[in-house]
Amino acid sequence: MSDIAINKPVVAMSGPKGRKPKPLLSPRNIMIYGTLFVAAAYYLLPLYVMVVTSLKGMPEIRLGNIFSPPVEITFEPWVKAWATACTGLNCDGLSRGFWNSVRITIPSVIVSIAIASVNGYALANWRFKGSELFFSILVVGAFIPYQVMIYPIVIVLREMGIYGTLTGLILVHSIFGMPILTLLFRNYFASLPEELFKAARIDGAGFWAIYFRIMLPMSLPIFVVAMILQVTGIWNDFLFGVVFTRPEYYPMTVQLNNIVNSVQGVKEYNVNMAATILTGAVPLIVYFVSGRLFVRGIAAGAVKG
Amino acid sequence: MAGHAKTDRPNQLFRNLNSKIASIPMILTAVVIFLGGTLWTVVYSFTNSKLLPRLNFVGLDQYERLWAAPRWIVSIENLAIYGFFSLIFSLVIGFLLAALMDQKIRFENTFRTIFLYPFALSFIVTGLVWQWILNPEFGVQSVVRSLGWTSFTFDPLYTPSIVIYGILIAALWQGTGLVMCLMLAGLRGIDEDIWKASRVDGIPAWRTYGQIIIPMMRPVFITTLVIIASGIVKVYDLVVAQTSGGPGIASEVPAKYVYDYMFQAQNLGQGFAASTMMLITVAIIIVPWAYLEFGGGRKRV
Repeated sequence: MSDIAINKPVVAMSGPKGRKPKPLLSPRNIMIYGTLFVAAAYYLLPLYVMVVTSLKGMPEIRLGNIFSPPVEITFEPWVKAWATACTGLNCDGLSRGFWNSVRITIPSVIVSIAIASVNGYALANWRFKGSELFFSILVVGAFIPYQVMIYPIVIVLREMGIYGTLTGLILVHSIFGMPILTLLFRNYFASLPEELFKAARIDGAGFWAIYFRIMLPMSLPIFVVAMILQVTGIWNDFLFGVVFTRPEYYPMTVQLNNIVNSVQGVKEYNVNMAATILTGAVPLIVYFVSGRLFVRGIAAGAVKG
Repeated sequence: MAGHAKTDRPNQLFRNLNSKIASIPMILTAVVIFLGGTLWTVVYSFTNSKLLPRLNFVGLDQYERLWAAPRWIVSIENLAIYGFFSLIFSLVIGFLLAALMDQKIRFENTFRTIFLYPFALSFIVTGLVWQWILNPEFGVQSVVRSLGWTSFTFDPLYTPSIVIYGILIAALWQGTGLVMCLMLAGLRGIDEDIWKASRVDGIPAWRTYGQIIIPMMRPVFITTLVIIASGIVKVYDLVVAQTSGGPGIASEVPAKYVYDYMFQAQNLGQGFAASTMMLITVAIIIVPWAYLEFGGGRKRV
């Protein structure tokens, strides 16, 4: 169920012709494609509006309507959004948030995947008494609203002396990435043929040797899926960024929100939209590049999450 | 913690030791954070903690205050409206799109890419874009007015009574692609012979969907429902970005109430009580599902 396999396409509706689509302009096709095109337009509209707005100058925005293409294309809003937009605290634009997000995302992705893959491996191949119980707690825990666990974590981090630092936030991301990733890896490792594992055992390989020399090389696709899941998830996070870091470490989403929703100054909608695109760019690029793997990631993460 | 060492076999603890060591992060997370943290919050919700958590029990005081607070009531009402409509609409739209996509259309990949891309964006980005599109001075309202319909009014974000629907529009834009994907996977999982059989019997397609396919996809619907529902309870960033809870308190949601009381109003007890209520809401959704899914015999992978 969790796998979006490319099954044989389902033949539907009327018509005995089977595989080949019927003449392009049948009423049925007009209805289907018409609906799909309207829906597609609706989904694309905000992206279009973002891009168009970010390329206009403020005078043009005040005069025109938000859907019209720019008369005079300017990249100034982009430069401003990146380098000089003000958040109320400082005026060095989104660049600071971008680099913070990079410094948060990369280690978080690596740490969370490292931990979760080993966990999943232990759960799939080296069960011990109670391992399933802990795993069940973990999976059920994925549904608990973060708000319930935030404050205890603040206390734990404060006791460890890393509250407000990037290290603390990275730890938090690793913790909350764990349920879905562990599930992903556990199911994947469990689906590998058991004979491989047994043969390696007979040859005398231990826990880590099997992990590094057999499981890891065989599982690169699932690592990529996990990476896609984590990069977009962590980049898009807002709540943990606000709660667990100090303002100088705010990730891009938080900074974007502070720029756009800051109350002082004249609203510069073009700069706001440029900033919004810049923040959305990383996950969007990941999405467009990864294509099917992204779908597989969310399906695997979602369906049994 | 790990071993459950039996008294008669003292080295039980050390069997499979590497696996246990490797599982320490998972065990700690599960026990300390998920279990411990949740219990901690529930326990402290019965105290009168203000700036710092203190174990000074006051019974159900915090909950009484919570349910007497107009802002909490508004939050709950908003969550109910938002939750109800976003469940209905995302299931209906998601299923319709999936059914259309399942007609052996051309450019299926292109359409899927378009429907799903908002899901890759954060709620902050989503909220800000729709804040701009729904902007009364420049957005949809002004565009329609400039076309000649001067009395046209569509200003959800600044109208308290309908602001939550403005948020709903943005949320549906962001989330229906995922539902479509899950539904499409479900549709693809249905045996082609069923379609053949229903065609041989001359049953119209819409009836095949209504009476055969949808009942067969029950597990997919239930899983999707649980995913959407547990996402709804957590809604926070979207509201912060799109309206900051305004105008006034008209678009407040429980998750925001929790955050504001814990980290801004320095009223921890209220925050804990509110988050416990969120926990209960999720439990009401999850427990029956988990029971159905995992209760009767294990089916795995």
